[in-house]
Amino acid sequence: MAIGVKVMKRPDRQVSYVRATLKGMALTFKHMFEKKVTMQYPEQKSTDREHGMGEYSITNRWRGTHRMLTDEQGRSKCVACGLCPQICPSNCIKLVPGEDEQGNRYPLIYEIDEFRCIFCGYCQEVCPEEAIHVGVHFENAEYSRDRFVYDLERLSSQTHAVSTLWDPADPRGE
Amino acid sequence: MTPEMKGYLLVSAVKMLIVFTIILIGVALLTLMERKVSAWMQNRRGPNRVGWAGLLQPAADGVKNILKEETFPALANRYLFLVAPALSFIPALMLSAVIPFAAPLPLDFDFTLGPLGRFVHQGPMPMVVADLPVGFLFVIAVSSLGVYGIALAGWSSNSKYALLGGLRASAQLISYEVAMGLSLIPVLLLSGNVSFSSIIAHQQAGTWYVLPLTFSFFVFLVAGFAETNRLPFDLPEAESELIAGYHTEYSAMKFSFFFIAEYANVVTVCAMVTTLFFGGWDIPFTHWDESGGLLPTLATWLVFFLKVLFWVFFVMWIRWTLPRFRYDQLMALGWKVLMPLALAYIMVVCVAIYGIERWLGITDPTAAGLALFGVNVIVMLLVFGLLDSGVFIRGTPRRPRPLGGRAGRAPLAG
Repeated sequence: MAIGVKVMKRPDRQVSYVRATLKGMALTFKHMFEKKVTMQYPEQKSTDREHGMGEYSITNRWRGTHRMLTDEQGRSKCVACGLCPQICPSNCIKLVPGEDEQGNRYPLIYEIDEFRCIFCGYCQEVCPEEAIHVGVHFENAEYSRDRFVYDLERLSSQTHAVSTLWDPADPRGE
Repeated sequence: MTPEMKGYLLVSAVKMLIVFTIILIGVALLTLMERKVSAWMQNRRGPNRVGWAGLLQPAADGVKNILKEETFPALANRYLFLVAPALSFIPALMLSAVIPFAAPLPLDFDFTLGPLGRFVHQGPMPMVVADLPVGFLFVIAVSSLGVYGIALAGWSSNSKYALLGGLRASAQLISYEVAMGLSLIPVLLLSGNVSFSSIIAHQQAGTWYVLPLTFSFFVFLVAGFAETNRLPFDLPEAESELIAGYHTEYSAMKFSFFFIAEYANVVTVCAMVTTLFFGGWDIPFTHWDESGGLLPTLATWLVFFLKVLFWVFFVMWIRWTLPRFRYDQLMALGWKVLMPLALAYIMVVCVAIYGIERWLGITDPTAAGLALFGVNVIVMLLVFGLLDSGVFIRGTPRRPRPLGGRAGRAPLAG
């Protein structure tokens, strides 16, 4: 048996109808005056706590739209090694590598099709330079479909928090 | 036309206008109340974006429903499909005409209005659109007309879900109509009259009928839930089985009409409960409300409104407490439990009324009501005791015998 499954001991035959109904009515009535759990979305957001103003938070393991980290000069940390397009299960990363005069590789084109992406986080896991990340971010609405192919500039200009991914040493995130 | 008749017509027209406006606005607000109460009972907030605390939500819904596309299913019977919403809508509204909602208002006027001539009205004006002498018989008759709309909507949609919903609705309404009618006979026995005004007057003289006729009230309430297709009896709509039941194929304003009809029916049943068992517009423990005048009329109106509102809330409260019945349980409850119990209760009430008057010699209406209440306590204890032990409600239907379970019987010999 799986861990944590609670087996209820239920009676075979229920012998209380009126009492059970009254009990149920008392319960529903009590619930009317309890604290409401609704999050008033545009005013309150799941990312409020990280901005230090609300009670709502989502886990920092949340895997949302990507973000490319940059170094001190504002250049992307990506070295165009090609591991992320290689591991990507949905083949949504387009990478064309380039090389400057010193022989440093950098991405000429780096695009992620967020529609194809399944947000598995493998790109972040595989990245040797800790450049590409999935982000703790969920507001992705756009007015046209082609806006969902994020290019390098857009990926680098994102500012939202990045996911910490799942750590096998700490499976419950404690 | 005499000036008195013209005055009467004028007064009736004004009352009609007021009552139907209030009913329609009230029904719109009830949809909001329903959503709010549902939300609160589930620890949610409910609609709160349109207007202050969501008060304009019904208006927004109305605008949306008017602007939405009218769809017609292929091969539907177009004419009946269009007529059905009206058929369920009109009886629902007609019912609000006969329920007295406040104490009679003394109204005297005598004026001449150009070419229309003289208008005269004298004496107390009953605060009801039509003070019918047939009273609740009218309500029972007209409320069952609503089933035509539902059954025709289900049939004309050319959809199996709608048809099943319509069939269920007709079966359910017919079944519970019996129990409802029988539960009202004790009221008739006690008041000696079917007209709402005299029933209220009788309750003012004695006790509210909920005391002497507690069990009747209970049966009426359960049957009323079934009549209005509210949970736990919303089998005709049963979204988990029939999508939306008889109005599956309806869209836009036609769907709205079914919705308005349902809520108008809820209001009517709640107003009936209030009028028949909770004294109507009567303010308890005082006779000031019968003294006549503007202030008592307004106060009794408010009291009536609050009583109805409580029962509407009760309907919503039950909705979020009890799960839906299974279809055979619903039918069994109607025919095998409520109807025989209501019949037996008529006998009990007959004997009790006779006994209290003749053998005990109690003629004061209040004392007689309380004595009858004693009888009711016994009846209620008995019925609820049995109900609680699950005698009336059988669980699963009999299972087929396991194959080869008993010798001498072929497994499929059925």
